[in-house]
Amino acid sequence: MRFGFFLREALRALRRNAVPSFAAVATVLVTVLVLGVFIPVVQATNGAANEIRAKVLVDVYMKSDATRADVDRVRSRIEDDTPGVGRVEFISKQQAINAERDAGRGDFYDLLGSDPLPGLLRVTPDRPEAIVQVRDALAPMSPSGRRTVADASIDEVQDRKENTDKLLAATGVVKLTIGLLAGLLVLASLLLVANTIRLSMYARRREVEVMKLVGATDWFIRWPFVIEGVLVGALGGVTAIVLLGVVKVSLVDPLAGDFALIATTETMNFGLLVALLLAASVGVSALGSGLSLRRFLRV
Amino acid sequence: MAATERHIRRRTEPTPARQRVVGDPVPGAVVDLRSVSKKYPSGDLGLEDATFAVQPGEFVFLVGSTGSGKSTIMRLLIKEIEPSYGSIAVAGRDLSEITRRKVPYYRRNLGVVFQDFKLLPNRTVYENVAYALQVTGGTRREVREKVPDILRLTGLSTKLHNYPDQLSGGEQQRVSVARAFVNHPPLLLADEPTGNLDPETSVGIMQLLYRINRTGTTVVVATHDKAMVDRMRRRVIEVSHGRIVRDERTGGYEATESTESRESTREFGALWREGLQ
Repeated sequence: MRFGFFLREALRALRRNAVPSFAAVATVLVTVLVLGVFIPVVQATNGAANEIRAKVLVDVYMKSDATRADVDRVRSRIEDDTPGVGRVEFISKQQAINAERDAGRGDFYDLLGSDPLPGLLRVTPDRPEAIVQVRDALAPMSPSGRRTVADASIDEVQDRKENTDKLLAATGVVKLTIGLLAGLLVLASLLLVANTIRLSMYARRREVEVMKLVGATDWFIRWPFVIEGVLVGALGGVTAIVLLGVVKVSLVDPLAGDFALIATTETMNFGLLVALLLAASVGVSALGSGLSLRRFLRV
Repeated sequence: MAATERHIRRRTEPTPARQRVVGDPVPGAVVDLRSVSKKYPSGDLGLEDATFAVQPGEFVFLVGSTGSGKSTIMRLLIKEIEPSYGSIAVAGRDLSEITRRKVPYYRRNLGVVFQDFKLLPNRTVYENVAYALQVTGGTRREVREKVPDILRLTGLSTKLHNYPDQLSGGEQQRVSVARAFVNHPPLLLADEPTGNLDPETSVGIMQLLYRINRTGTTVVVATHDKAMVDRMRRRVIEVSHGRIVRDERTGGYEATESTESRESTREFGALWREGLQ
């Protein structure tokens, strides 16, 4: 009976204060929308960075005069004697040129006439961290501080580390920026929601005062406000999530096939995201309502 | 800096020796103030050494100009503020023993009427009165039984579903009185109930309060409505600059010879009968 009474009180308050209630719902809606877009974006950036990190390779370039036997020797050396090696793949000169041609850059090589690309052995470490170990085994540091090669027919060992580092640094900056922006947005939305609630409370402080003077206990007054907060939060949250869902189904999902960023990275499960956003919107507005009432209850 | 010093001085200042709670609690009194002083944080003196008792069934006027301390007494009685000194007992209960959490339960034993009505603007007349019952955990059935009764008593039967802003001042005050009385409290406090009303409407409200008083409820009315006090000739307690300067059994607004009083009571009796018809 009590809950029924409180629920009716909350609904009455929503009905009678339609405009402030609408403002609160709209605030929650916008907040959840922004968060709902930002969380997956941040995660996608994170995922992209992780993916790059996972794609570490060591390219062992052979000297251009290396024979088949040289290649086999080096290959067996890498496969059998080097720890931390996952997979070894030989890419011959011809394959390298074909790959470049497929990428649309064949003309340059035709122009060059002779074949400048060496054959190479592409080594994938069994785990990303092993790359250092593999590189050091194939191209140990000489006492003079320069790298030498482990076999005479190896021209150069490249671990793409520099490239990877650059990429990681770039995504790091992007990540940091987006993360910072997301943090600010969360803060701004919290303040916005809090302020909206405070305003509507302020408009009704006289009502609360009267209730106290008639002999209502704090919680008797508070429950309808909390329930009202839950309703506002749920309404705003659900509307925002429906909008997000529509955008996801109609825009993001079709694009996911074409866009590597969306397709390949690990973004949060949509269901989990929905649950999180809904819980946050309901929680914040209910808590906000209950708490901001406090100072008006001191009569 | 100066404010801090003043604050420290006020805190360390010993309670003046003359302020000592004098006398024993008056037995059976509904309201019992003994040596009550109230100093506001701003430094203003609200009330100084006030002592008086009200017996059950009495009808008491608290008179005095604005700022004299009438409202301070009212606010002390509903425990909206705490006295700086002295003891207040209502219906034998020492108010200082009521914790903040228990204040709502204490207030349910009081009916309070304010100058500005203090109705809930989002509720109809019926709902406003019903709220006072719902607060105390009254069931729907109780509400259905009691609210129409009290609204009939206050003459609002036709305005049940109006909102406060659709009513005249007098009608709003009647709703406020109905709300104060719906729980049948032993004590009804009215702080300037006619302050916002014209003289004729005021008579109606006073008649209502008097009728409530006749059911055995103790009524304390703070007012500066001179005509009303002079007409009704009830007990008058006059407050001036925070001090109680007069306490008469059947007094007028100003201290007068007591020969008039009988006549005026008769006058009110006529007024009262008139109101009944």
